[in-house]
Amino acid sequence: MGKLIVSLSPHAHGTDSVERNMYGVIIALLPALIVSFFYFGIGSLVVCAASVVSCVFFEWLINRFVLKSDRLTVCDGSAILTGLLLGFNLPSNLPVWIIVLGALVAIGVAKMTFGGLGCNVFNPALVGRCFLLVSFPAQMTSWPVVGQLGSYLDAETGATPLSLMKTAIKTGDASVLNDLPDSLHLLLGNNAMGGAGTIGEVCALALIIGLVYMLWKKIITWHIPVSIIATVFVVSGLLHLANPVYADPVAVVLSGGLMLGAIFMATDYVTSPMTHKGQLIYGVAIGLLTVLIRNWGSYPEGMSFAILIMNAFTPLINTYVKPKRFGEVLQK
Amino acid sequence: MDLVLVAVIALGAIGLVSSTVLYVCSKKFAVKEDARIGEVAELLPQANCGGCGFAGCAGLADALVKGADAGSIEGLFCPVGGQEVMGKVADLLGMAVVNTEPMVAVVRCNGTCANRPRIAEYSGLRTCAAMHACGAGETACGYGCLGCGDCVAACQFGAISVNPETGIAEVDEDKCTSCGACVKACPRGIIELRKKGPKGRRIYVSCVNRDKGPVAMKACKAACIGCGKCQKECQFDAITVANNVAYIDPAKCRLCRKCEKACPTHAIVSVNFPAPKPATQPAASVGAANVEPVNEGEAKQ
Amino acid sequence: MNIIRTFRIGGIHPEENKLTHEVETVAAPLPKQAIFPLSQHIGAPAKPVVKKGDRVKVGTMIAEAGGFVSAPIFSSVSGTVVKIDAAVDATGYRTPVIIVNVEGDEWEEGIDRSDKLETVEAHPELTPEGIVESVKAAGVTGMGGAGFPTFVKLCPPPTAKAECVIINAVECEPYITSDYRLMMEHADEIVVGLQLLMKAAKVDRGYIGIEVNKPKAIALLTEKVKADPRIEVVPLKQRYPQGGEKQLVDAVIRRQVPAPPAIPVNVGAIVQNVGTAFAVYQAVMKHKPLFERYTTVTGKRLAHPGNFLVRMGTPMRELIDLCGGMPEGDNKLLAGGPMMGKALTSVDVPVCKGTNSVTVISDSEARRKPADPCIRCAKCVSVCPMGLEPYLLATASAKQMWDKVEAECITSCIECGSCQYTCPSHRPILDNIRFGKSKVMGIIRARNAKK
Repeated sequence: MGKLIVSLSPHAHGTDSVERNMYGVIIALLPALIVSFFYFGIGSLVVCAASVVSCVFFEWLINRFVLKSDRLTVCDGSAILTGLLLGFNLPSNLPVWIIVLGALVAIGVAKMTFGGLGCNVFNPALVGRCFLLVSFPAQMTSWPVVGQLGSYLDAETGATPLSLMKTAIKTGDASVLNDLPDSLHLLLGNNAMGGAGTIGEVCALALIIGLVYMLWKKIITWHIPVSIIATVFVVSGLLHLANPVYADPVAVVLSGGLMLGAIFMATDYVTSPMTHKGQLIYGVAIGLLTVLIRNWGSYPEGMSFAILIMNAFTPLINTYVKPKRFGEVLQK
Repeated sequence: MDLVLVAVIALGAIGLVSSTVLYVCSKKFAVKEDARIGEVAELLPQANCGGCGFAGCAGLADALVKGADAGSIEGLFCPVGGQEVMGKVADLLGMAVVNTEPMVAVVRCNGTCANRPRIAEYSGLRTCAAMHACGAGETACGYGCLGCGDCVAACQFGAISVNPETGIAEVDEDKCTSCGACVKACPRGIIELRKKGPKGRRIYVSCVNRDKGPVAMKACKAACIGCGKCQKECQFDAITVANNVAYIDPAKCRLCRKCEKACPTHAIVSVNFPAPKPATQPAASVGAANVEPVNEGEAKQ
Repeated sequence: MNIIRTFRIGGIHPEENKLTHEVETVAAPLPKQAIFPLSQHIGAPAKPVVKKGDRVKVGTMIAEAGGFVSAPIFSSVSGTVVKIDAAVDATGYRTPVIIVNVEGDEWEEGIDRSDKLETVEAHPELTPEGIVESVKAAGVTGMGGAGFPTFVKLCPPPTAKAECVIINAVECEPYITSDYRLMMEHADEIVVGLQLLMKAAKVDRGYIGIEVNKPKAIALLTEKVKADPRIEVVPLKQRYPQGGEKQLVDAVIRRQVPAPPAIPVNVGAIVQNVGTAFAVYQAVMKHKPLFERYTTVTGKRLAHPGNFLVRMGTPMRELIDLCGGMPEGDNKLLAGGPMMGKALTSVDVPVCKGTNSVTVISDSEARRKPADPCIRCAKCVSVCPMGLEPYLLATASAKQMWDKVEAECITSCIECGSCQYTCPSHRPILDNIRFGKSKVMGIIRARNAKK
């Protein structure tokens, strides 16, 4: 007879693991990746590949030589996920050296300085993106027009729906909005008139498929995405009713990085609140901030900043928003 | 000219308002500190070594003043300043001088990997508390050191470490400040604060196993089996055997080391004695050879 | 009844592995030597009333209750008391035990060994006090695992009033099937046991909560209780930890027991295990003290897992040998199921009053996987049946922030292990919480003692 093994209960464990969750999110991102290849061609692949490779490389480098940890965190998929999400947040004509810089900030500054997986305060991919956005505003806001499958750095660029919306608000001229593609085009992403935005946000439908997959696999719960999208829809709907220079809510919800942010960025485990109640508060606040920044801020897109701002509030939400304790109702 | 005037007035106004706010705050939120804390702190060595178990000398001074108000400063001791400084502090606070002998933490377990066969494998959180809650641990001894280092984590001075070869916690006497944190951290109460003894020489029973002799023997070759041989050997009545385990009273022990030689399982340990002279070495080996007949006697029992 | 009820907060659904559902119970052979630990229940250990060399029969009291919250212990075998010693029990430590060498199988007179069903109607002489007294004298304790003396539950504190008795036939732990077999084989006795409990607690409402993965038991018991309109069989959705008292009360009568020190009777419910109901029946109607029980011996690698009627004090080694012996390699031996069972350091630990299962877990399942960093996925928060935040309690306990964990209601934790089961990072959440909980309980006790 062999040795007896002892430990405290429970002695059973579910099949869940960090890898399962991380690779699950990556699988959920695949439809959007495929669609982006279909629209942007080689450029989207180059950008995403560069971003993933450099994120994984920096994670390994820092783990190995700076933190000197022998745990191989590269395999858990979190760095791949960060890389993919960072790539999704970039235009498809961005030069590789800028991407590598972004990956360094995302992994090196936003993730590893806080202690690595599970310890970061801000969403690493978004920190990387915002760093690039403020450092290289020209490159980061030139959006290639879809359909140039073979071109990368030399792709033609155009104005995104979001910049049209911004122009409408600034000039007070609602007719600018007539240039907006209709909702179906926004949903599918084949907007032939102007620039389409970042790699990941081009097709809302593909992102929604990813959401459904993640909900099915119980990787995330509905609270954060639904509360963000609902808030943006309601608030921008009210604005649209009050003054037609504000675009109609369907277009607002389907354009820009809102879907990508609501489904994949805001739901990041580490930087979102722990309780369902807290997640709803977080989602509503992100929705409100997004509308605020989009309509009255100086940037056309506010999703990234809204999420980063609420990331900072997450510990506060965790401190004050508690789940309903068993038997609490009766005590009162 | 206007511009300068506006600037001066504006800055002046801001300064005035801010200073008022600061003044009000400083009055309103002022923390009243007992003047004695500062005086006590001045008597202390100001090395801020943390040897007393507090965060620096100010921490100990605070605790001393609070203790004095509560009626006792027992247990508070500055190992660096020693008796002299503590005497001055006691005078200042109007307390009786607490006589404190230098103490050191002692890990009372001999159950090295060689002595204690591993009968089970623990696969859980590696803290002594969790392992203790789980049962006897990886060995059959329900009293011995678990080797997960709760004491190591509790020690602020890096004085305890778990020896990877023996799997048992060891105290670095030079670093130990006898603050007692490890004593509280050990879920099995193995660690004891004992008198350091003259030149650091002391003798103690390095086992707390309360099982009956044969059971304890089976679990660990170096367990105290409560046979009482040491008690008979001791001329100073320093040894008591209760619950199948012997204890040497440090107050009565004269460090004659007779009990150590009498112990059939070598559960009694002496430290910091000079190495045995070459002449006495054969005697020691005879002692080792004696183990077997002693064991037979034990079996008869 | 269209919506199948369950408790309202959290919960998980572990793989069931009920390998022995349809294996009929057999009586296990008598052991050569029976070991009776003196603390088989919550409360003060029993005090031995026999000494070395005494002859005992089956059903002889060998230890009397050692306090108010305590229970006597009866010999399950006939033979000679060899010694009163210490032996490793389910806690993993050596505790006082009485060891009896088995000789023959001679029963105490007065124990009714017939199979005749005694109904409550046939015994109008039974009074509530009489039933409680019989239950107390027979040493009946909770048979579901925790082992709280049953008569104490039947005498609620004056501040609370019992309204119903709930029979816990949930058996939500994976692997275990002893309660199910008991229901299938002794349904009539269980119903009478429930009626006795209701009479003893002076209530006229009784529920039997069964999870829907046992449709046969639901059908059988529904049939049996038809005659008594006061009793209702409640099918419950499969969900762990539904067998926890507080969760069961919530599921069955939709009332939540407040935070400790409140107990189910504070909301009017007395919860008893089916095994306990059966033991109560035997104690009151058959004058048979508690000395044998239904136990499942199971494990994926065991050759013939089965259900047994075991005399208490039988070492587990003998039961495992009946099932084909311990599998090769390193195994984990559990007293109880995989979610809340105790891992044992010895195969010679005896079956006690609360041992509902002997589970052998083998191969890779026996060892825990190394822990990854917490990724704050919040899954532990959403599965916690008590509405706590396990990640926070575990971290704060590890950092020894006792005030913080107390404020976060650590004492409400029922140690069901759902958090650790679900944790994708394989973190030892419950190990840490348990440590914190025991520390905080100590602090609270010390504080109350000071007052």
